[in-house]
This record gives sequence, structure tokens and C-alpha cells, in this order.
Amino acid sequence: MSASSNLVPIGAIRQPVHGRHHILSVLVENKAGVLARVALLFSRRGFNIYSLAVAPTDDERFSRITMVVDVETAPLEQITKQLHKLINVLKITELDPSDAVEVESMLVTIVAEGGSRSRALELAELFRGQVLDVNAERLTLMFALAPSALDDVEALLGEFGIVEVQRSGRIALARLPKPVRRVARRGKVS
Amino acid sequence: MRLTGAQALVRALEMEGVDVVFGLPGGAILPVYDPLLDSPIRHVLVRHEQGAGHMAEGYAQASGRPGVAIVTSGPAATNIVTAVADAAIDSVPMVVITGQVPTGAIGSDAFQEVDTTGITMSVTKHNWLVTDPADIPRVVAEAFHVATTGRPGPVLIDLPKDVSTGELEWYWPRRLDLPGYQPVTKGHPKMIEQAAALITAARRPVIYAGGGLVRAGAERELRALAERTGIPVVTTLLARGIIPDDHPLALGMPGMHGTYAAVMAMQRADLLITLGARFDDRVTGRVSAFAPEAKVIHVDVDPAELGKVRRADVPIVGDLRNVLPELLRRLPAEPADLGAWRATIAEWQQRYPLSYVPSEPGSATKPQFVVERLRALTPDDTILVAGVGQHQMWASQFWTFRAPRQWINSGGLGTMGFAVPAAVGAKAARPRQMVWAIDGDGSFQMTAQEIVTASAERIPIKVAILNNGYLGMVRQWQEMFYDERYSEVYLSPDLPDYVRWAEAMGAVGMRVDAPEEVDAAIEKANEVDDRPVVIDFRVDTFEKVYPMVPAGASNDDIVLPPHLVGDGR
Ligand SMILES: Cc1ncc(C[n+]2csc(CCOP(=O)(O)OP(=O)(O)O)c2C)c(N)n1
Repeated sequence: MSASSNLVPIGAIRQPVHGRHHILSVLVENKAGVLARVALLFSRRGFNIYSLAVAPTDDERFSRITMVVDVETAPLEQITKQLHKLINVLKITELDPSDAVEVESMLVTIVAEGGSRSRALELAELFRGQVLDVNAERLTLMFALAPSALDDVEALLGEFGIVEVQRSGRIALARLPKPVRRVARRGKVS
Repeated sequence: MRLTGAQALVRALEMEGVDVVFGLPGGAILPVYDPLLDSPIRHVLVRHEQGAGHMAEGYAQASGRPGVAIVTSGPAATNIVTAVADAAIDSVPMVVITGQVPTGAIGSDAFQEVDTTGITMSVTKHNWLVTDPADIPRVVAEAFHVATTGRPGPVLIDLPKDVSTGELEWYWPRRLDLPGYQPVTKGHPKMIEQAAALITAARRPVIYAGGGLVRAGAERELRALAERTGIPVVTTLLARGIIPDDHPLALGMPGMHGTYAAVMAMQRADLLITLGARFDDRVTGRVSAFAPEAKVIHVDVDPAELGKVRRADVPIVGDLRNVLPELLRRLPAEPADLGAWRATIAEWQQRYPLSYVPSEPGSATKPQFVVERLRALTPDDTILVAGVGQHQMWASQFWTFRAPRQWINSGGLGTMGFAVPAAVGAKAARPRQMVWAIDGDGSFQMTAQEIVTASAERIPIKVAILNNGYLGMVRQWQEMFYDERYSEVYLSPDLPDYVRWAEAMGAVGMRVDAPEEVDAAIEKANEVDDRPVVIDFRVDTFEKVYPMVPAGASNDDIVLPPHLVGDGR
């Protein structure tokens, strides 16, 4: 397969629809089948899980599932209640995107030959990327960034020709409480 | 003590106090059937695994204890799925044990392999695939705990053959470690306070009593609340009997085929005290037009029910047996005067009672008449089971219920074929009570082979088939909403010959062609105590269930029977 047939269009949009973007952090027992039970509650209603990351917590009996879902608020409330009913689910926290720190990582292989290689490395450095693999024609880079910054990197790397890209899905934690109350900005952004 | 997994399973069932299991053996579950021979647990051998599931449901609903079914893998597991789904939607505690192919073969499309836990994930409260014999006692203890606590429901244990033949050191768990499962039982005091305030302020309150009250065993608490406040009670299809139908505060069933008084009381109410009910679409009609002026108190043990369909002004999560006494404690000694409201309701009851036009001399028996005569001629504590269709609605409408756990039917799933096996299960649980099933000819044909089980196991149930020769409820919809275009609803009253079929299955078979024969047949059936009885009641084919709120319509558009509105039709 030629490299060009795998090109991702520049500016591929990886952000969920604004206003329907919910981050759920679900603490579950680390047991077989738990992910299927969680996923089933979304799929049976035809809702899409936008991204998903699962890994054991510091206590290996439990895992944390971080999921970004693309659902209106009302049905989401019903789904979280249903999630709570799962015997293996201990805790569900909905993180407000404006009140959470979110990170997503990406592995990307790009075409980087001759003159383009140094420009690619420059770009990687700018976004604190690392080179994980290299050969004469290609580079594999790794980034861990806020999801929107990751979108920017991906778009910019598109110019070089993306051979393959793999994103992890986001992980998130609530922001730490701050001594001063931040004023919530409301209303439309014009 | 070393035991095989199968021995441990049977022993664990004994530890849980199981006295009867319903099932049918096969390859993957064979190891379990061997130690069953040495156990005091009674096994009822069914003729189809769906029957085992409904029997377990009938057993559970009649006794309040979890029903248990044991079946093999593959087709047996898929056969029981309908009953598991039925138990899930009606919150029936049930433990199903399925055999599975050996762990090493799972996922290889082995003989009689299906992904049972995957298939039943969305219709069980929880399920387990056991992969280590040492887990068996713990899993059984967890399964019974989950099935019977919080909102009850079915659970399933999938047991691979090598796990039941493998060995373990026997133990019985002293405590369960289910960190994600902590059902709330006590209602929030502040919320209960607010509920009491709403009740005190209400002038047109209605208690909307649901199946959760039956599952919680809260009939005394409910009655105390109703009598103390003088608030009338509607009982949903699953809650029939939670307050006696002849109680002055009882309004009967609400919803699509509810009484006029129950439907209108909810529509005009200023407060719905919703107890273990879930605003099912068969109760609310069009939700946006349902009980428009009512504030809502909603008490349920399942938090997911609160606000699911109708916003609750006062949501309370908790066990009704805890919440209701707390609520009662906070109500003033002197109840509000509901005289005007009660008078309005009494007028509705008087003007539009449940009624039917008795048959003319020489013409076909009315199905409602059969239900009335059955009630009149059977002991007070008779357990009534129903199939699904018109006959089910007539049973609910025209039987006078006097206590909970004496009415068993498939509400949420509406499973035709439920009646015969559920009646067998109920009778196995309550051998001294008379058990009658009112079934439709269509429903009966779906699981009639379980009459064979009843004969062989000497479980003498009685079945009244209201034989109208049609899939009657569907026929009614085609008559009313599809311009009388009858598509695939005719069954024939004579094919099969129910009397000969009953006799072939070891039961007494009778046929009743005319209203005058009804009483004698029922009395004769009541005398039979050593085998099942099936009576083929030939009933009026054209009878419809009234009142009726057409699907998707507002409850305000309730359709009354023609003889009450006098439009001459
Ligand atoms: C398993 C199943 N299949 C189909 C239906 C749809 N359905 C609901 S009522 C009904 C007719 C039932 O006929 P019958 O048992 O003869 O009772 P009747 O309405 O005549 O009293 C049908 C087909 C159902 N509820 N369950």
C-alpha cells in the first residue's frame, strides 16, 4: 500500500460535538467482563462511546475507566444510574470538561525523508514529542497532550504524510481545588 | 473436606435453603445431576427449559423466596432466556444455573456452546462465568444475595463442565465482598419529611401502588398509610391484591385496561404517591398528558427508576418497608379532609364500573363470567396465574383479589406461555393452596407440554382456557385500529382438541360450551386433587377488553364499553 493512500486529511476533527461531550470516570472491579457490561449500557441505546481508556488503579483490585461519551445530558443521567446498578461498578464521577485536566497520547508514523525530516523533528520538539522509532523514510513519534493540542499536532503532521496514527483515548482527573474561587464565565462566545 | 465443583454447587444450594429446583439435564450439566440424586432438594423435570424458568418465577412469586432453575448449555441456555428476561423486567428473584462447555473449549464453537453470559448480560441483574471450582461456594452465596436484595431480579451462574468435575476444599463464605453493591434501604429523612408535607397539603391525592410493594412484602405498611390518611389506592397489574379489592379505598387497576375510576383519579390527582411503581407506558398512556396537575412522590429501592419517566418532586430511594413506617410517623394524627375528592371518585366508580353485557340465553359464554364464577367457587386464598392477552386483563379486572402473592402474571414482558409453567412453580411452592391458571388458547399452546410435567410430578394445577379461537388481544387491535382487517389471528377453537390433548398429557380434560355448564365444571375441577385439570371454556369470540386507552393516546381519551356510553354499538 502506498503511503499516500493512508493520508489523513489535514485538520481531522477529533473533538466530540460541543455541549454533548461528557467525561465519565468509572471506578470498577478489575474482573473479566466488566468492560463489556459498561459498554453494553451505551450500545443498547445506540449511543457512541467517543473514547475509552482503561487501566488498573494503584490498588490492583480496581480499574479506572475513563470514557468520553457523546450523549445529551438527560439520557446520560439515566445511563449513569444504570451504570451504578452494575454489581462491579464502585463509583462514577462525571468530570466537567472545564473543571478537569485531560490528557491523551498519540503514536504517529509520518513520512520524513531528506529536508522534511528536520522540520518534523522541530515540530515534535515544539510539542514535547519523542522519537520512538526511525528508519530512512519514516519517523514514529509519541505525544501526550491535552486533546485539543493533540488535534493541532495531528493536523500539522498531516503535511508530512501520516502513515499510521494511533490515539489512546483520553484520561482525565478533576482539577484540584484552588484557594481563590474562579469566576465562571457564562454566555455565548461571540 | 474435598468436594467436586458439582457437589459443592448442590451443597451451596442446600445452604441457601433451596427445597425445589426446576430443570432438565444435558451434557455440560451432567456432573451436577449426579450429586442431586443424593440431595434432599426436589428436582422437577420440565419438558422445555423455558418452562423451568417460568416455574422458578412462579415459585418465587408465590413464596417470596428465589426460584432456582438448572439447565444445560447451548440450546437449553437460549431456551431459558425468555424466562430470565421476564423475571428481570418484573423484578422476580431467580437463580439460573447453566452448564457450559469446558473452559478450554470456550470460544471454539464447541458442541452446544453459546456465550451464555454474553447473551444474558442485559437481562440479568448480574451473571457469573465460574472458571475455578474454588469459586463455587462464594459465587452461589453472592448470586442469592444479589437476586434477593435491593431490587430483586434474576441472576445466572454459568458453570463449565471441567469446573463442576474439578475439586475444591469446601467452605461457606462468612461475609461477601461486593464493594460495588450496596443497595440503599433507609430513605433520606429530609425527603421523607418533604413527602409528609406534600401529603398533608394534598386535596386530591392518589396512592399509585406498584409491584415493588409486593416484592418488598409491604402490604401492611401500605394499608396503614392508606387507612391513616384516607387516600385511595390504585394497584398496577403487578400489585393486584396488595390491598384487597373490596377495601373501600381500593380503586382497582390503572392504565390501558384499568378501571375508569383508577385512570381518572390519577389524571385529576394533585399528588401521586408512587410506591414501587415505574410509570410504565401501559399505565401512563401518553406521558406528556399523564396526571398533568399532580406533584409526585416516588419511593423505590432502585434509584434508576426515579426521574426515569416522570420527574419526581420528592424522590426517595429506599426499601418500602423502612420508608413507609417513617413516613407514617411524620404524618399528623388528624388526616386532611378528602371528602370532596372521595365523593368525586365514588361517583366515577358508580357511573362507570367494570362491567360487561351478560350473554343472552342460548348464546356463547362471556369470558368475564367465567372469571367471576371461578372467583366465587374457589377458596379465598386461591393463587391465580394468567397468560398474556385479553384473558389476562379480564382475570385482573374481574377476579376479586384479597392478598398479595395470589396473583402471578407476566407484566413487563407480556410473555405468552407464562401461565402453565408459572402455575406449576406456584403450586410446587404452595402445595396446600389451590392454583388456577386462566390462559388463552394461543398462550396455552406455547407451553402446554408442561402439563406433562405437572402430571408426572403430581403437581395438580388447574387451567381454565378462555378459548375464543383467536389471538384475541391482537384481534381486538385489528378490529379497533386496523379497520377490522384480521391478519393471521384466527386459531380455530377445535384444533387442537383441548380435552383429548389434556387427557393425553395425564390431566383431566373438560369442555364447557354454555354458561349453564360453567359452575359444574369448576366444581368438578376443584374436587380433583391428584392430577392437573384443563377446562376448555368456549367463550364469546367477539368480546373486547374495556375500558381501553389506545396505545399512545392520553388517558383522558379512555374508551368505555359501548353499553356504558349508550351509543348503541
Ligand atoms: C411470546 C409472545 N408472542 C406474541 C405476543 C403478542 N401477543 C400479545 S397478546 C396475543 C394474543 C394472545 O392470544 P391468546 O393467548 O389466545 O389470548 P386472548 O387474547 O385470546 O385472550 C399476542 C399474539 C406475546 N405477547 N408474546
